[in-house]
Amino acid sequence: MNIVNILEEIEKVDGEVYERLNPRRAAMKSFFNMGKKISLAAMPLALGSMFQKAYGQTTLPSGVVDVLNFALALEYLEYHFYNHTIVGITKKNQDGTTNNNVTDVTFTFPNAASQAAITTIRDHEKAHVDLLVGALGSSARTPIAYADTDFRAGGTFQTVYSDYNTFLAVAQGFEDTGVRAYKGQAANLMATPGVLQTALQIHSVEARHASHIRQMRTAAGSTVYKPWVSLGASGQANDSGVAAVDAVYAGEDLTVQAGANIVGIGSFSGVTKAVAVESFDEPLSKASVVTIANLFLQPGKKLS
Amino acid sequence: MTMKNNELETKNELQEKSLFDKTVGRRSFLQYAGAGAAGIALVAAGCKKDRNFDTSVMGGATLDFKNDTGVLNYAYALEQLEAAFYVKVASAPPSSFTAAQKAYFQDIQFHEIAHRELFKAALTTSAIGSLEVDFSSIDFTNATSVLSTAMAFEDLGVAAYNGAGPRLKDGNFLLLAGKIVSVEARHAAYVRDLVSNGSFADLNSLASLGANNSAGLDAALTPDKVLAVASKYIKTKINVINL
Repeated sequence: MNIVNILEEIEKVDGEVYERLNPRRAAMKSFFNMGKKISLAAMPLALGSMFQKAYGQTTLPSGVVDVLNFALALEYLEYHFYNHTIVGITKKNQDGTTNNNVTDVTFTFPNAASQAAITTIRDHEKAHVDLLVGALGSSARTPIAYADTDFRAGGTFQTVYSDYNTFLAVAQGFEDTGVRAYKGQAANLMATPGVLQTALQIHSVEARHASHIRQMRTAAGSTVYKPWVSLGASGQANDSGVAAVDAVYAGEDLTVQAGANIVGIGSFSGVTKAVAVESFDEPLSKASVVTIANLFLQPGKKLS
Repeated sequence: MTMKNNELETKNELQEKSLFDKTVGRRSFLQYAGAGAAGIALVAAGCKKDRNFDTSVMGGATLDFKNDTGVLNYAYALEQLEAAFYVKVASAPPSSFTAAQKAYFQDIQFHEIAHRELFKAALTTSAIGSLEVDFSSIDFTNATSVLSTAMAFEDLGVAAYNGAGPRLKDGNFLLLAGKIVSVEARHAAYVRDLVSNGSFADLNSLASLGANNSAGLDAALTPDKVLAVASKYIKTKINVINL
């Protein structure tokens, strides 16, 4: 399928197609003059989004729409989780006085770097939300508002916004879950390579976040959390030290990959069980991720 | 071995695909337009027709991207490079490394060895040979040199896996690549924070590797571009065909 031809055909019936896509007509023309052949399936999210903004139509297969809406729900959750701390604390500190705005965020970030890191992560999650909403167009799920969430998880993490360490522990759970969730859906996007490409690019950003949150946890306390998922202190799959998030790490202790036992592979005795676990991040099924996500959603707002 | 007659055309299409795979923006378009001929030398080896690129004849390694075996060998080549680097660092870390840094670089060393050995095992007789590396540009006694090289390798590894993932036809291999790339991204974030705390996901700084900060997207590069960067560290001639 030739995208230049597509645009030329559209232009015959809609002379303003380039303006619809982008007001800088000349820039668009020169851009599309670069293009020769590209299949719709190979269209990345951003390009699909461009057409959808212009015409409000979706070109994504329904299975892909389901995956992207699932991802979108997780991105909304992550975004609100972080944004609440940034917004709350900014309100509190803005004019230096005790504010009358209702904020339940009572912990303070230990330094500027930690607040900056959470802001960076919040901004990425927002960018992911916007990207997915744009790509899904009219197929996008109902937005999740902060009021739809419950990051105290019904009291399991009662101190999530009053204790910095609890906040970081939950953050680690979110990021490690996000990595597993995207990984678990990759194979469902193979028919649309452009979308798969974009999903992979989100996936590794979540892994970078997870790595940094783990380092923030280490910096904030006396326990060391490796930047990568290792074995727990008692050899269990969950290395977070928080039993309440066991489900996040279920199956992370796999040591056989592609039929090969990784422990001691190639006669390298340094490749211990812990190394084998650390070397490969495992996927998580949609059902398992939904169960975890629903801990943080209000009744009536839970994912199905 | 036969080559596609329209290989050059195919390659051009792939380059265009890589353009479209980035978020469409004027800036990225201009960057692309200026990107030029990097890596062409590596690819040019794949343009000669009717040659048998048997490694024993060529004295190099051939990555044939016609199928998943080629993509897995590409990953195997990069893991060989990373493992060789970390083995050298872990065996004699810069004196200014802290105990924690030494321990983590030891961990990373074994992660990369595990990745390398897995690809070797999975590819069996289809595996390329051992690559000869060239680390003459790295000062292994200097923490700055070691960290900046580690950062470059990890970010390039992330870009490589992200860019190669959609080429895989077998979902099991795609999953395997996914299991590895997030570990590489964790490494990258860790090393980046050592270089400059808070730069764990500085996507603006990764724009030349295909990242897009405004969309929150990590690096992704096509194999020819990755190999053009990596070739500085590899003595073995790498022939790329059917890309």
